[in-house]
Amino acid sequence: MSISETTTKPGLSISGLNISFRNKDGWTSVVRNLGFDIAPGETVAIVGESGSGKSVTALSVLGLLPQQSTRIEGSIRLGDKELLSLSPKDLKALRGNEIAMIFQEPMTSLNPTMCIGEQIAESIIAHRGISKAEAKVEAIRLMEKVHIPSAAGRYGEYPHQFSGGMRQRVMIAIALACKPALLIADEPTTALDVTIQAQVLNLIKELQEEEGMAVLFITHDMGVVAEVADRMVVMYRGDVVEEGTTTEIFANARHPYTKALLSAVPQLGSMSGSNDPQPFAIYDINTGLATDAAVLKSTVDTSEILLDVKDLSVRFPVQQTIFGKVTARVHAVENVSLTLARGETLAIVGESGSGKSTTGKLITGLLHPTAGKVEICGKPMRQDTRQSLSRSVQMIFQDPFASLNPRLTVGRAITEPLRIHKLATEKEQDEIAASLLTRVGLSPDIAKRYPHEFSGGQRQRICVARTLALKPSVIIADEAVSALDVSVKAQVVNLLLELQQEMQLGFIFISHDMAVVERISHRVAVMYLGEIVEIGPRAAIFSNPVHPYTRRLIEAVPVPDPSRRRDRHKNADSETRSPVRPGDYVPPARTYREVSPGHLVQDAGPEWAA
Amino acid sequence: MTGTSLKFTPRQIPAYLLALLLVISLLAPVLPLQDPLLMDTAARFAGPSAQHLFGQDEFGRDILVRLIFALRNSLIVAFAAAILAGVIGTALGVLAGYSRGLTEMLAMRFIDIVLCFPPLLLAMLAVTLYGPGPVTLIPVLAIVFVPSFTRVAHASVLSVRSQDYVEAVRSMGASNARVMFSTILPNIAGPLIVQFSFTVAVTVVLESGLSFLGLGVLPPAPSLGLMIGTGRATLAQAPMLLVWPCAALTAMILILNAFCDDLRDRLDPKSSKIRGQ
Amino acid sequence: MFWFLRRGIASLIMLWVIVTLVFMSIHFVPGDPVELLLSQDGGSADPATVQMIREDLGLNRPIVEQYVEKLKGLASFDLGRSMVDDSSVSAEIARRLPRTLELIGLAALISLVIGIPAGIYAALHTGRSFDRVASYVAGFAQGIPVFVLGTLLILVFSQMLKLTPAGGFVAFSQAPGKHMLLLLMPSLSIGIGLAAIVFRITRASTLEVLPLDYVRTARAKGLGDRRIVLHHILRNALIPVITIFALQIGSLLGGTVLVEYVFNWPGLSGMLVSGVNARDYPTVTGVILVISALFIGLNFLVDVLYGLTDPRVRK
Repeated sequence: MSISETTTKPGLSISGLNISFRNKDGWTSVVRNLGFDIAPGETVAIVGESGSGKSVTALSVLGLLPQQSTRIEGSIRLGDKELLSLSPKDLKALRGNEIAMIFQEPMTSLNPTMCIGEQIAESIIAHRGISKAEAKVEAIRLMEKVHIPSAAGRYGEYPHQFSGGMRQRVMIAIALACKPALLIADEPTTALDVTIQAQVLNLIKELQEEEGMAVLFITHDMGVVAEVADRMVVMYRGDVVEEGTTTEIFANARHPYTKALLSAVPQLGSMSGSNDPQPFAIYDINTGLATDAAVLKSTVDTSEILLDVKDLSVRFPVQQTIFGKVTARVHAVENVSLTLARGETLAIVGESGSGKSTTGKLITGLLHPTAGKVEICGKPMRQDTRQSLSRSVQMIFQDPFASLNPRLTVGRAITEPLRIHKLATEKEQDEIAASLLTRVGLSPDIAKRYPHEFSGGQRQRICVARTLALKPSVIIADEAVSALDVSVKAQVVNLLLELQQEMQLGFIFISHDMAVVERISHRVAVMYLGEIVEIGPRAAIFSNPVHPYTRRLIEAVPVPDPSRRRDRHKNADSETRSPVRPGDYVPPARTYREVSPGHLVQDAGPEWAA
Repeated sequence: MTGTSLKFTPRQIPAYLLALLLVISLLAPVLPLQDPLLMDTAARFAGPSAQHLFGQDEFGRDILVRLIFALRNSLIVAFAAAILAGVIGTALGVLAGYSRGLTEMLAMRFIDIVLCFPPLLLAMLAVTLYGPGPVTLIPVLAIVFVPSFTRVAHASVLSVRSQDYVEAVRSMGASNARVMFSTILPNIAGPLIVQFSFTVAVTVVLESGLSFLGLGVLPPAPSLGLMIGTGRATLAQAPMLLVWPCAALTAMILILNAFCDDLRDRLDPKSSKIRGQ
Repeated sequence: MFWFLRRGIASLIMLWVIVTLVFMSIHFVPGDPVELLLSQDGGSADPATVQMIREDLGLNRPIVEQYVEKLKGLASFDLGRSMVDDSSVSAEIARRLPRTLELIGLAALISLVIGIPAGIYAALHTGRSFDRVASYVAGFAQGIPVFVLGTLLILVFSQMLKLTPAGGFVAFSQAPGKHMLLLLMPSLSIGIGLAAIVFRITRASTLEVLPLDYVRTARAKGLGDRRIVLHHILRNALIPVITIFALQIGSLLGGTVLVEYVFNWPGLSGMLVSGVNARDYPTVTGVILVISALFIGLNFLVDVLYGLTDPRVRK
């Protein structure tokens, strides 16, 4: 990490920071006694989960917290300037100028009714007072700097015409417009696909070196921290629990929470020994003790095939002429074939637009395929068999807040499948609900309460309980842990592994999180644009990825080991391609090679010739 | 509703007043009141007296009693129309939102067409063709308001059915009918109830407008709009004949509006209390 | 560009559907329309007269022929003749339409000029005295039916204060001042209620936009308040206002009927009300067609405005 020669830029210095919010009961403290420095050219990360106070800290630097209901004490200095005592006018002069910020949600952080170029230019005009024409030239230059292709042409386009990764680049361009001394990045890549995340992190590092700025990077992902940060501050519920250089903390974390965060982020490639899944070690926040990961016995029974999918395809028309002729289709799933044995976990990985979630819905019967077949325990999945087959295959959804009917109590929600299939009397339902709740590690008393009273992790457990009600053979987990905090993720994953041990369940684990996938799966299928490009035993895929896309995917995953930080400047920036094809498109016939037993790789078409 | 308190607060005044109005109009025929149709031409335009608290109108009829019965008539027409509109509109909207495709397109086109007619004019066309009176009014007013119910139901169904819990119920093997009635309908009840209250309020206004023009409730049955219309003629002699019905109508509409606003604040699905986040 | 074309064609199709429906409505009436008309004053109609008038109106010809005739007539703006006095419906409408239009125009103007700035100000200073007072006033103003407000205005300003005449009309060319004065009262009757609605929706919409992410981004850029309010908040907050305003146009057109009646303003409503009372189909259907066409036209204009402000709609 070279520090630029022009280090006349000031650094950030925070000390004794206390932030409280006012609610109807009084003041609640959300940040207590926070203090750290960032030197120019340095990157410091604040790491924590929801409720840690990390975002609040970032907003307080720029004075963006609501004035009436916030109380801030302490000192935040940029160079010699005390930011907490600046007048509103001076604060405005500072924002976007000496200190710039980029936010988490690129989808909503840009004004939908103003063209992109103007949103970049207005920052320049506001702080440097140059003419509109000059600002436009500068804006285009910035767009090129952040690698937006055809920048001049895209100046007048609107946010909805850009993808998530591109919008985040625009946000970066806006932030850099006035060459700030400090860049605050609040979870800038959390909402992006992992390959796009890699590009954006790369870009931030590249620009930081060029401009010599200080960067305050806020994240919950330890892998990202290892990639970008020189030093880190770990926060838990408003307190700083640990701080130090990244290398120090990764090598020798002291606080139990830090250890928990680190342990919950597995190291890619660390499990190349066996083909079996491995639970997480759970660290107790208070005692610092770890419950060792249980040793699992193999559950796979290849003599019983639970799921057999052959040549599955589904396409949706997206554009039609007035006469009904289809001119464009989304080829969401294209010729997918896979099998699942009893007690096995097959993970389907891919990014947005890969078709993995759609495949899950096809298997459950929530969508009808255009071609191909799905067989559950030997019986075909069709319109008329869907209802009876639902007793064999069940699904856990991604959003724990949206997958429970807000009007049903927890108990009623869990036993709803039993009522639909008329399998149990009222009394039996109550008993079953209680036993299922205990099984997933929750108290049976909560059966009378409503979902909105519980946290994300608890709700997801309730959803797991619900899927067990019908005693299915196959459970499809569609991004089931993606929306959970890191520590809760580990617990839910361990729960799923326990259930598999007990009941020899088959899992289809759909995810974009390669690290979790490595822990939980026996076999892995990689999907890209609706097709399976590589499938095989987990160890083979992770230690020997063959297909160019699989390799790109694995390389993009942030590595939680600062000593292995890779220099990725040479990777080309690319956009995620879309699975929309013209109406007369005929998909090319694909061939697969068997690279090692059970490890199949699609022969890469011409588009992959690097 | 989980979590609502039952303490008396000023915000609940509209609800109580409305309840009072409803009770009075419901019980009007059995209360010990004067006959609203009883004329007493000798005492026309008489001022307030012990027997006639608000005075007497141009035919000597008791104004207060006529106001009460007028209120009753307005509310009957309004509720009838709103219920009819609600049932038809909701059914249409839910069907359209759940089935998508051709059904949805037809339903939406249909309401677009109805929406092309300004409501008052549609009512006037109907009166031209079928004559005035509640028998014409109630169906026409219902048709005028079917589109808003359909739109609300349709939009709510679209937003609810994309929620994972609907997919979850389907994946459990529920039939389409069960999904529509047991899962979707209870979750869209909120906006529909609000729409119902708004419809009642607007219908009251529309009906009074029509009666004002002489096209609504037929004399001698009392109606607030009618009373305002005839009050205009006697403006110079007895301004109170105009002011009382104006005040009563305005008061009723204000109470209804305030109640609707409060109801919407409570039942709005965007409120974080309901979503629990 | 295609988007505007599509909306235009959709509007024309709407119009055609309306025409057809209105045409069909006459044939869904119980009993014979001409008999009904002639027996208005009690007593039954002489069958011979009924037949003669039916022949005259072309009601004896097959429906399809009548329909085609009607469409042809519409193409040349011929809306038939009144059953009451045989005058040309379209001529009379042409005479009265501009008066209704200026009423709508002034009412809309009043509502926007008062409602939008007040709504924005109230939202930006929410909870404070202006907001609270304005919200109450708006709630009150919204509740008063248009004809009640009009009647009360007459009571106060004409009868009691004797400031303005109670109604009536004078051509602009003859006495511009008096014309505007006579136009003012009815416009206010409609405009005040509409201003209240515009105020509330502007305020609500602005309040919804204020906490959104992109406003926070604008603040983080250090932009001036004026720029943030005008270009980031308003541009987005006004979109729902346009939508609601479009929906209100329907009641606006209905409101003119009542207000013209109250103030004796000789617009389309007088024609309509007497037509309804006399069961004069050609007149009633003619006026309704014109007003519906106006309605569709206004909605189309609003759609265009919508498309110009919100680029997402243009796809």
